[in-house]
Amino acid sequence: MRTEIRIAGFGGQGVILAGIIVGKAASLFDGLNAVQTQSYGPEARGGASKTEVVVSDDEINYPKLTSPDILVAMSHEALMAYMGDLKDGGILIIDSDVIDEEDIKDFVKEHNINVYHARVNKTAEHDIGLKIVANIVMVGAITKLTKVISYDAAKDAVLDSVPPGTEKKNMQAFEAGYAMDGT
Amino acid sequence: MVGNNENPFIKYLREDRLPNIFCGGCGNGTVLNTFFKGMESAEIDFNSVAMTSGIGCSSRIPGYAKCDSLHTTHGRAITFATGLKIGNPDLNIVVFTGDGDAAAIGGNHLIHAARKNINLTVICVNNNIYGMTGGQISPTSPEGSFATTAPYGSIEKPFNLAELVTAAGASFVARWTTAHPLQLSKSIKKALLNPGFSFVEVVSQCPTYFGRKNRIRNPVDMVKIFKENSINKRKADKMDEEKLIGKIIVGEFVNKPKKDLIKNICDLSVEQCGRDLAVQSAYQDSFQE
Amino acid sequence: MVKELFVQGNEACAYGAIKAGCKFFGGYPITPSTEVAEKLAELLPKHGGSFIQMEDEIAAIGAIIGASWSGLKTMTSTSGPGFSLMQENIGYAHITETPTVIVNVQRGGPSTGQPTMASQGDMMQIRWGSHGDYEPISLAPSSVQECFDFTVEAFNLSEQYRVPVILATDEIIGHMREKITIPDSVDVIPRTMPKESPDEFSTNNPYLPFKAEENGAPPMAAFGQGYKIPVTGLTHDERGYPDSADFEAHTKLITRLNNKILNNREKIVSVHERFCDDADTIIISYGAPVRSVHRAVVQAREEGLKVGSIKVDTPWPFPEAQILKAAEVAKNLIVVEMNLGQMVYEVERVAGMVGENRPNVHLIPKIGGELHKPEVILSKIKEIS
Repeated sequence: MRTEIRIAGFGGQGVILAGIIVGKAASLFDGLNAVQTQSYGPEARGGASKTEVVVSDDEINYPKLTSPDILVAMSHEALMAYMGDLKDGGILIIDSDVIDEEDIKDFVKEHNINVYHARVNKTAEHDIGLKIVANIVMVGAITKLTKVISYDAAKDAVLDSVPPGTEKKNMQAFEAGYAMDGT
Repeated sequence: MVGNNENPFIKYLREDRLPNIFCGGCGNGTVLNTFFKGMESAEIDFNSVAMTSGIGCSSRIPGYAKCDSLHTTHGRAITFATGLKIGNPDLNIVVFTGDGDAAAIGGNHLIHAARKNINLTVICVNNNIYGMTGGQISPTSPEGSFATTAPYGSIEKPFNLAELVTAAGASFVARWTTAHPLQLSKSIKKALLNPGFSFVEVVSQCPTYFGRKNRIRNPVDMVKIFKENSINKRKADKMDEEKLIGKIIVGEFVNKPKKDLIKNICDLSVEQCGRDLAVQSAYQDSFQE
Repeated sequence: MVKELFVQGNEACAYGAIKAGCKFFGGYPITPSTEVAEKLAELLPKHGGSFIQMEDEIAAIGAIIGASWSGLKTMTSTSGPGFSLMQENIGYAHITETPTVIVNVQRGGPSTGQPTMASQGDMMQIRWGSHGDYEPISLAPSSVQECFDFTVEAFNLSEQYRVPVILATDEIIGHMREKITIPDSVDVIPRTMPKESPDEFSTNNPYLPFKAEENGAPPMAAFGQGYKIPVTGLTHDERGYPDSADFEAHTKLITRLNNKILNNREKIVSVHERFCDDADTIIISYGAPVRSVHRAVVQAREEGLKVGSIKVDTPWPFPEAQILKAAEVAKNLIVVEMNLGQMVYEVERVAGMVGENRPNVHLIPKIGGELHKPEVILSKIKEIS
């Protein structure tokens, strides 16, 4: 089965790394196929930033998204910019602290979207004490809420991707995200 | 002169390529002879010498020398030499170039090689004109001099090559004329022995084009003019600028050896993998991790 | 030890270069190729090799040709504007028979164009960009794994035929990440030394550095081994001596240089066919668009349409015999490429060889930087079926 994931936020949130970790977990540790791409437009620095991952147990021909099954939004601006083509009945993961849900109410209803909440920024800042690991918290939440990658593979991929010496903090972040239930 | 059987340096030449294509009275023969003299006095094994050149009359010099040589594209000889030297640091690389080749089309490569202090010896035969294409103005043509593309006299300011390369960071720079073969060969010796970027400018005569266009047809007269108009740098440094107009300042401009890029690259290999740079590894069919 | 990595296509090129024995990279930063240089700046010093950032792309290719003559395998990477600057020295590498590898991560042009967007707009520049007659070899990967594999192959072909080989990739393949498997060892074709040592030559038995062997390419000694090789960009004889005004000397040299590729075309070219056996319509593509084509073909087959595809791994030399075979059986050939039509001219030329029953040749062009959507290809299939 082919699953299309888009993760979006603003530059500096580590959105791209989150996408790489998901792709790596699927392809190197879960034995699936994965392709990760990212936008290199002028918006790559600051502004909206996005990465897209296709995960499949079959050969992946077309590497880009046709319409995402899963959208992960780490900023309100990115959500509004990249929500439009989310599949009917798709999964939307948002950080409710940075998103005004009033703006997406109609869209969610109309397209029967499953909305999950993951307060990754607050968790990173207050529980882990390190704002920049919000992306790893989100990887934990994606793993738990979408099951597109396995817990073990996601953990291995995080450890394989973060700078040496930061493993402990990042594991804490991942576990905090994985503990979220989406409410 | 090249092609003369009396020449003590004939052993370094490809005799089957002689006679050469240079015009009678051209300074290139003097440059090649003084190079061999400098090389011998530096006690450098000719077998370790490789030459590169670009396009132009002086760039034809390496083709007559019985050594490995790359006669490359216009202005680019220094870039090829850079790869050759990094690829085999044991080679002594000599670049023969001219004023058009080195300072016009190749000017950027010249200043960057000097900046990086790449261990090469660049001998620039500066005849103030494009000879091979038939007498056009060059970046060193004196203001007011005539050329086919400056029929009313040059209206541009020329480059002072020795000073340009000095400013760019070369660790050895000298300028002589073909009227100073002894001094020139001594500077070439020092240039070859300097473990960094060495630049030797040789002000040379092109009787065929510069001479004809500027009414000094006789090469002997041209060399005489070089001699009469030369002032040693030590003396010139103490003179007023206006008294130096029209003069050729000769001598050593820089002689400050410093660590060169090739050494840094070799050191990085040892630091990162515990061994020297691979040499001639294209012939291997497997590579260790 | 076999290694698996999840990396970008550009990084995969760098890993392939290391595995093939590349020991020298000279480059200049340019989007979207820079990751190749960055990765090799990191890897080469760990493998007894060296990296140098030159002052421009002309200098970069000069350095890799020079280093190749020192006896190393060498590479550079660039994109459109830099590739344009390299053209003169690419010709120099052809006439002096210098093996080297150039990765061209294509972006939208002409001029500065679209630095961050993909294109296949350089296919004809790869073919004809330098002046004079020459036969380039070019490989076009369509996955990250192929970036690795084709880089190794590019080195092997460059050594076998003593030519610069162009890896024609693009921004999509260069920047996307996929899993690659790096085998413990790869097949490496080493450079061939002359059979005789330098001291075996004499006036009566002169060393002929540019005398070809059976496959059309001469063995290649390195500078510093005592052979004393005169290398020139001028038309030269087998000794390497310039002979630039002679009609016969020029004809002999340039014909040999072209024939060493053309006579070995069947050994060099590579294509992959899918579902071509009973196909009425065959889609021809190379590089990134192959991915869209494969998806469209699967969908078309599911709908019962007799569609096949040919994935061209080696745009140059053009796989003439393979395309001709397809042209003889198919009613329609569709070329899918990220430009306004370049390789389609070759396909039309070959289709013309069929004569009366020649197939219709269609083009699905695309510029602007995005991959063809599979449904666009599918609707074209339906339109002509």
